[in-house]
Amino acid sequence: MSGLKIKEKTIVVPGEILAAGMDYLPSFGTYREGDNIRAGRLGIAQVEGKVIKLIPVSGRYLPKRGDMIIGKIIDVSMSGWRVEINSPYSAMLMTKEATNEFIDKGANLTRIYNFDDYIVCGITNVSSQKLVDLTMRGPGLRKLRGGRIIEVNTHKVPRIIGKSGSMVGMIKHATGVNIIVGQNGLVWLNSEEPAMEVLAVETIRKIEAEAHIAGLTDRIKEFLEKKTGKKIELGSEQREERKDFERKEFENGNGESQ
Amino acid sequence: MTTTTYKKREDGRKFNELRPVEAEVGIIKRADGSARFKIGKTEALAAVYGPRELVPRFMQNPKRGILRVHYNMMPFSGSGNRVKPGGNRRSKELGVVIRDSLMPVINLNEFPNAVVDIFIEFPQTDAGTRCAAITAAAMALADAGLLMTDLVSSVAVGRIADKIVVDLDYSEDSHEEGTDIPIAIIPSTGEISLLQMDGFMTKKQLFEAINEAKEAVKHLNAVQMKALKNKYKAEE
Amino acid sequence: MIIDKRKFIDVLAKGIRFDGRKPDEFRKVKIEYGVTRSAEGSARVTLGETIVIAGVKMEVSKPYPDTPDQGGLMVGAELLPLASPEYESGPPGDWAVEVARVVDRGIRESHSIDVKKLLIRKAELAWTVIADMCVINDAGNILDAASIAVLAAMRDTKFPKLVGDVVDYKTITKEKLPIKETPVAVTVYKIGKELFVDPTNEEEGLADARLTITTIEDGTLCSLQKGGESPLSVDEIDKMIDIAVKHAKVLRKSL
Repeated sequence: MSGLKIKEKTIVVPGEILAAGMDYLPSFGTYREGDNIRAGRLGIAQVEGKVIKLIPVSGRYLPKRGDMIIGKIIDVSMSGWRVEINSPYSAMLMTKEATNEFIDKGANLTRIYNFDDYIVCGITNVSSQKLVDLTMRGPGLRKLRGGRIIEVNTHKVPRIIGKSGSMVGMIKHATGVNIIVGQNGLVWLNSEEPAMEVLAVETIRKIEAEAHIAGLTDRIKEFLEKKTGKKIELGSEQREERKDFERKEFENGNGESQ
Repeated sequence: MTTTTYKKREDGRKFNELRPVEAEVGIIKRADGSARFKIGKTEALAAVYGPRELVPRFMQNPKRGILRVHYNMMPFSGSGNRVKPGGNRRSKELGVVIRDSLMPVINLNEFPNAVVDIFIEFPQTDAGTRCAAITAAAMALADAGLLMTDLVSSVAVGRIADKIVVDLDYSEDSHEEGTDIPIAIIPSTGEISLLQMDGFMTKKQLFEAINEAKEAVKHLNAVQMKALKNKYKAEE
Repeated sequence: MIIDKRKFIDVLAKGIRFDGRKPDEFRKVKIEYGVTRSAEGSARVTLGETIVIAGVKMEVSKPYPDTPDQGGLMVGAELLPLASPEYESGPPGDWAVEVARVVDRGIRESHSIDVKKLLIRKAELAWTVIADMCVINDAGNILDAASIAVLAAMRDTKFPKLVGDVVDYKTITKEKLPIKETPVAVTVYKIGKELFVDPTNEEEGLADARLTITTIEDGTLCSLQKGGESPLSVDEIDKMIDIAVKHAKVLRKSL
């Protein structure tokens, strides 16, 4: 029997037959063996026309050029800083990428970024051997002062950010907490109001757990309204986000490239 | 080879019947992937950490990531006296054969110089530990989001006197006329990735036993798949 | 991850922690008994996301020459590398040894087990109770979780049958361990000038000092262990003991 063997948008596991026969084409996360297309990892099956691919739901963050991430300084050398980035590989921030100011040869680099400092940085390059280069030159890239960092499932980051930042924008607006979401699953939060910070974390955990369920934007809005006792007006981005969820589309900023 | 007859299994199972099985995925929150697999009174917990940086550097492989398997019995998990902690030659060997049984389905090409560690621990044992370890580890690896062409399912089959039996417990494993064959099978291809044997057997009996194992792992594979889907079913 | 220790302390002073708990609030505790059939007694303790399993094995051997009329008691701790990315495979580290010793002393010094009742034949044969705890997931405060797990496993323990001088592990009798006291350990942590209990693994790494206080049912102290690099004032110790006694009462009820 040829044809699709699984329901779309369901979880499939390694080795599971997704489709039989030649009607479908294997794409990301799947492979063909003989007549069958099988799952090559755990994920949500997605069918687009004749193409079957998987959306990962688990696994560590893999560094990607252009990502904005949060990292921690773990070593300081002559030429720059080694940065832990919540991934299988640490990254390198060279002095020339560290600041716009001129750094003297032999300068004490810990004065710029010290051990255990957290930074928001951008990935400029990932080599085939997984050497990762970082930069601090760019809008919003900076050292983080104060606050705390939580770890979230890196595959849920697009949902936490929302379309054009609409979801995280709503949390910031409702709680007054300053939030930066790194693509690598580290989220920085800072506020003068500890109770609001707790609420912001709770909201992010809720998004993480319910990212897949339709009507997320409305549920989060209601949740925040109930907790803060304040009405939230949805901006245009949030309305768009809501529409997207109604269409149950996954491709929206889901951050998975091939 | 033998003249006696094994009439009935002590626990009343049919000769080709597995002990009751339970599986659960995601039990260890701090791990990147984890699973619990219980078959009768043998219970394996598996936790996957990684891919992560491998130190010391000389152990790194620049071409692909490496997989390490650590097999350990909890001190109170033996059937007799306390098991002294710290591992021994047996646990080392088992770590190696368990790793080799999983390697055919795993692709670590994307992770040069990195390592994936699997830690397997047993709260209780009643024979068949390496098979339970493999079945649990395969789920934990899938949970960790690694590239895998398939799961691996494993069971011990064997001969007791004149009968081929599936999933030996400790009393059968230590039967004086018993032969034990732990087997791991890659369900999609039917290939065998773990094969060991201690005891006597004819070639004919061996293939009979392998066929029984192939039947038995169909059920184990279904249990693994269900446990994995259960953890993530909220994602659909 | 907590970037700013100063801020954590300030917030703690306002009576709130990063996970929303109050400084002297424990996470939810769950105790399950008989979780492994290989041990003569066992228990699994879940404290928030922290999971610890304890199991008791009963062995017989010759009593020590200096205590010919007593059985033995041994407590071990395994911080299994499956429980945390920070644990290493290999021999137990300093922390594992300390955890084991603190729990061991709590049980030993409270005379929790009547070791005289473990004697089979004077100077010849006696039972040894060997309790081991294994950390399955370390989300902080394994000290208190381990202490309660060992206690629960001991209460779950039944003697195996003795055939001649050999233990028949397949046959378990109805006889339970001679337990006299229920010593419960509660660790109170200090950071800056603030005190708090039941830390998550993040909070644990931040603390300046800790005091593990083991008490029996009537509130009498039976073992103390101070850890961490900062000193404690007498006034702080006073407060810490009150906090520990209060929580020990609640924990004892969940047994």
